[in-house]
Amino acid sequence: MSLQLDEVKRIAMLARIAVSDAEAAAVRDQLNDIFAMIENMQAVDTTGVEPMAHGQPVILRLREDEVTESDRHSGFQAIAPQTEAGLYLVPRVIE
Amino acid sequence: MHNASLRELAAALAAKRISAVELARVFLDRIASAQPDLNAFVTLDEERTLGAAREADARIARGDHGSLTGIPIAHKDIWCASGWRTTCGSRMLANFTSPYDAHMIERLRDAGAPILGKCNMDEFAMGSSNETSFFGPVRNPWNRAFVPGGSSGGSAAAVAARLAPAATGTDTGGSIRQPAALCGVSGLKPTYGVVSRYGMVAFASSLDQGGPFGKSAEDLALLLNGMAGFDARDSTSLERVPEDYTRLLDRPIPDAPAGKPLAGLRIGLPKQYFGAGLGADVGEAVEAAIEELRKLGATTREIDLPSSDLAVPAYYVIAPAEASSNLSRFDGVRYGHRAEQYGDLIDMYCRSRAEGFGAEVKRRILIGTYVLSHGYYDAYYVQAQKIRGLIAGDFARAFRDVDVIAGPTSPSVAFPLGAKTSDPVQMYLNDIYTIPANLAGLPGLSIPSGFGERGLPVGLQLVGDYFSEAKMLGVAHQYQRATDWHRRVPPRY
Repeated sequence: MSLQLDEVKRIAMLARIAVSDAEAAAVRDQLNDIFAMIENMQAVDTTGVEPMAHGQPVILRLREDEVTESDRHSGFQAIAPQTEAGLYLVPRVIE
Repeated sequence: MHNASLRELAAALAAKRISAVELARVFLDRIASAQPDLNAFVTLDEERTLGAAREADARIARGDHGSLTGIPIAHKDIWCASGWRTTCGSRMLANFTSPYDAHMIERLRDAGAPILGKCNMDEFAMGSSNETSFFGPVRNPWNRAFVPGGSSGGSAAAVAARLAPAATGTDTGGSIRQPAALCGVSGLKPTYGVVSRYGMVAFASSLDQGGPFGKSAEDLALLLNGMAGFDARDSTSLERVPEDYTRLLDRPIPDAPAGKPLAGLRIGLPKQYFGAGLGADVGEAVEAAIEELRKLGATTREIDLPSSDLAVPAYYVIAPAEASSNLSRFDGVRYGHRAEQYGDLIDMYCRSRAEGFGAEVKRRILIGTYVLSHGYYDAYYVQAQKIRGLIAGDFARAFRDVDVIAGPTSPSVAFPLGAKTSDPVQMYLNDIYTIPANLAGLPGLSIPSGFGERGLPVGLQLVGDYFSEAKMLGVAHQYQRATDWHRRVPPRY
């Protein structure tokens, strides 16, 4: 496979990263090199192999349905770019 | 004092030959004089460090102290520490002060170990040379024209130059072991799930694992005692009976005779780790280290890990896929960088992320976004997870016949700054011997085992079966009793 410029720009949009045409062109060649390396795994027959995510047989733990955290919103919002009256401010999304 | 082991430091503190404040001062002064040359630290806060040292002194005075009380520890800047700036080496978090402690930080705080400072690192732990840091590269204390390795390059350089008695790091594909090797210090990546990921800025969650850097295997064991432990806030943290990782240091093989402390130990040498691509200088030093292990009584045999060459391709699907998902949280809304100029909400996200992330992080987010995008999930992510299964299977077969696996940590010694920055694939191949243990979730460590080209350090890697850290540390400790590579200090420091 080989990524085209418009595909790089589409992926960047999906990833919410602004790229100029020049940046997209520069990163395309590097991505194609990396995918050429990744393609080596496509030839391997993995029929019947279980996908693995963890070395140990873990199951998600359950806990009691109760409040365990205290209200720390003022501390957490102190590090936010823009807040007002306990709310995070972003550009208007609904007219 | 800066070359003393953690046990020696603990004894000096307990006997009040030195106070925790004086000890912190020794290292803060060493950092201040080395920082312009090495750039190993991103953030220092003397007042906080000395305040914690005063508390440690009070604990020692009332007899309420353990093996790490009063010992200042430097932390990779990926660990959130309350009140400390936590940048993860990124412009995105350049102004982020953590409102909470990571579980590991909480544990070391409870143990009375002051935070000495926050160490430089590759941006979001993505890199093998520490050159992707927003705060500039770290330099290798053995030769400042060379990289320290990465991503925990600052932590490794700090311990190598004796700017810190110990440091912490994280290892997703080799980020503790590779810089430990390139800087000539000891570093351990525990079994996945032993150290909580709570409060560690997430990169690839199914691979990320915290661990210590030290001057010796003995120090690593003491540090892991402080760092490891179950934490319900990390869904993959393992609930196990706490263990003392120092317990097998003196006798890793219980019935071995004196003089042959490793008699009975079966070491596997993967043929894939000694083939083309391994630097001759590294190969020679590692062979000599293995010969030393044989002299101590161990036997060796060649083993086959046939899926090894698939590890790097599978890793560069899994790690970027998980990173693209994890790093979607950086949107300029709740914390982190927000662009000055933007139009609508989408434009705010796109510009904030374009400005906040560096080139390598963007590349990996793009790879991850692509392999997770519609129609490609099975071909890439699921296939890579199956290859993970094959690699874990290779190790499981090997551990039927051997107790521990030995080989090089990295195919070469440290390379010059700038040598690989324009070729990502060449950079990725630095981790060819370390990535398999991450994919399988196995513990791995690197210890100094001589020098290669230009007098730069070589690391010997040990990979053990799940939860065999104590035994691996015992093997490493016996090697360090018989050799002095781990005591070598870069000439300027």
